[in-house]
Amino acid sequence: MSRILLLQGNQAVVEGAIAAGVKFFGGYPITPSTEVAESLAEKLPLVGGKFIQMEDEIASMGAIIGASLTGKKVMTATSGPGFSLKQELIGYACAAEVPMVIVNVQRVGPSTGQPTSPSQGDIMQARWGTHGDHWLIALTPASVPECFELTLRAYALSEKYRTPVILLMDEVIGHMREKIELPDNYDEIPKAERKRPACAPADYKAYADVDGDGVPPMADFGSGYRWHVTGLVHDETGFPKGTPGATVAAADRQYHKIYDNLDDIVQVDEYRMEDAEYAIVAFGGGARTAYETVDMARAKGIKVGLVRPITIWPFAGAQMAALADKVKGILVHELNCGQYVLEVERAVAGKCPVCSYAKYDNEPATPAQLLAALEKSLAL
Amino acid sequence: MKLKLITARCKGCGVCVNFCPKKVLAISEVEKCEAVHPELCIGCGQCELRCPDYAIFVEK
Amino acid sequence: MSMEQIVDKYFRPGRLPHIWCPGCGNGVVTGCICKAVDKLGLDQNEVVVVSGIGCSSRASGYLDFNTVHSAHGRALPVATGVKLAEPRLKVIVVTGDGDCTAIGGNHLIHAARRNIDMTVVLYNNSIYGMTGGQYSPMTPLGSKATTAPYATIEQDFDVTELVKAAGATFVARATTFHAQVLADVITKGIQHKGFALIEAVAACPTSFGRHNKMPNPATLMEWQRDHAVMKAAWDKMDAAKREGKFPIGVLYEDTSRKEYTGAYEELIARAQGGKK
Repeated sequence: MSRILLLQGNQAVVEGAIAAGVKFFGGYPITPSTEVAESLAEKLPLVGGKFIQMEDEIASMGAIIGASLTGKKVMTATSGPGFSLKQELIGYACAAEVPMVIVNVQRVGPSTGQPTSPSQGDIMQARWGTHGDHWLIALTPASVPECFELTLRAYALSEKYRTPVILLMDEVIGHMREKIELPDNYDEIPKAERKRPACAPADYKAYADVDGDGVPPMADFGSGYRWHVTGLVHDETGFPKGTPGATVAAADRQYHKIYDNLDDIVQVDEYRMEDAEYAIVAFGGGARTAYETVDMARAKGIKVGLVRPITIWPFAGAQMAALADKVKGILVHELNCGQYVLEVERAVAGKCPVCSYAKYDNEPATPAQLLAALEKSLAL
Repeated sequence: MKLKLITARCKGCGVCVNFCPKKVLAISEVEKCEAVHPELCIGCGQCELRCPDYAIFVEK
Repeated sequence: MSMEQIVDKYFRPGRLPHIWCPGCGNGVVTGCICKAVDKLGLDQNEVVVVSGIGCSSRASGYLDFNTVHSAHGRALPVATGVKLAEPRLKVIVVTGDGDCTAIGGNHLIHAARRNIDMTVVLYNNSIYGMTGGQYSPMTPLGSKATTAPYATIEQDFDVTELVKAAGATFVARATTFHAQVLADVITKGIQHKGFALIEAVAACPTSFGRHNKMPNPATLMEWQRDHAVMKAAWDKMDAAKREGKFPIGVLYEDTSRKEYTGAYEELIARAQGGKK
């Protein structure tokens, strides 16, 4: 049985989190993500979970790291300035391989920017915001129902690959209200579970790749497996070891556990691409404009389709390279000064023209604006 | 009662030597604690209590 | 259990000698934590030690519990997450004066304010040791440090008064010279249901002592001996006699305030009962 509701994207994220089995949220109020915290403050106690409003964004990250170590599914939610603060412990979570879902409802930046205006300016920050080489996953929903689905998926990937997953929303999607059909009983939704050790506690090495998939089993604190968690470079025992060999081994394993599984992780949606001669690449709130633009262009006889990355990181490089073989030109539309387009250009490598419609005036594009940009930039 | 010294852990800081009321201990030429007058030890445990390296124990 | 047995039981095999300098007080404090855990008979599987970054915070790696060597200043938020998510676990936080009162200062006052059940052992060596001797918020006024070549002009924190004002319900202090008192107050802090902070005055001969005419570890311990006063005696001293000295022992305890994780369980019951 299901129910039909009218929800904001932020509320759909909360429903997805509860459905996924989230049991802990640590957060700090910030526009335009605050509804996530408010709603979980109400709902988590009802499912026996815990909500805590921490003293700052860094503390929120610290709290969910601690809670995740006890085996709970955890979440935090923030926006630009808070996302900047969280970067310190996002790096820790990558280094220590602590599963968690971090919601970032993007707003205009830098700094305080425009708290209530939409932006997709944190694309590169989501990938490279913390210092040092690291690998993680970022997903970006383009509708309210997809907020629910991708939150579930974020937990599935986070637990499976023992990694932070960023749900990279934007203000358009976070605050937009849409119809959504939700199951009545979340108990029927399968719950993702992290891999836990099968060995005896005495034999447990917290970072040993025992299954050869790059994902070490992770023991819950208090389950009898006493292990050490550190942000220092460590070997398979989890204890600090800064030798060249240990450093390379840790980095390589963390890279491969994600980048050897791109088929599983990277999702790209398409709209009217079957016979397309041109493609608009857009995601999140920007994609909402693009659907309409594609229809308008088609009505004018322009064979264009939409390619919509759902997984922002790891980058859909293979998909973009294949796209370049198929179309005569690509227009990347994003609500920033041009970030994702840089990755598309790199993957396309000159095989077809790649143009950018970068909009950074605090407002989403209208379909007509995007159509005009398409016609102008690709000389249609 | 006797003193047990774990020389591998000792860093020769001299805290035990300083607080031994019977002058049982000394720092050797290789900067490790040694019991130079073990026969004078009264087992008070002042050395064990303050050794930062868990390198000296009083066995009773 | 003898101290040797305590060390064998609660230190991870093969991890000694530790990295701390000759005469560093951190080893004494860490030993006292083990004594307290042993005295209380806590199950090692049920104890979580969370540390930040710095000399003292390396203790977590040596101890055979569930351990987190977190980020600089962030031990308390991580510990808060562990404790709230799994209240049955005993949480001990190992931190230093810089880690806890400078970069982690905001977390400190808020953890104290919440009165969340955990025991913070603050290793106060009056200096940033790991980075080579820069002054911290707890470096005594007028001391020298590599970043205070002309001596500090900043008033230092009395962290016991700070956390008491913020809402901590158990506050104690001891020194590495008074190691028995230290083990005793850590034991009491762990037993206390609520936010407990123990300031463990520990000597740093390398980075504090050398800059302040006390390069000898024993001299630093003698300074502790000569300046610390047991709480009972302190209470009878007038202001003139207290000058330059500091009290040790249990300085403050309040068992009347509600503990945070317990209050949260009540909140859950209220929410599930349909009451707001």
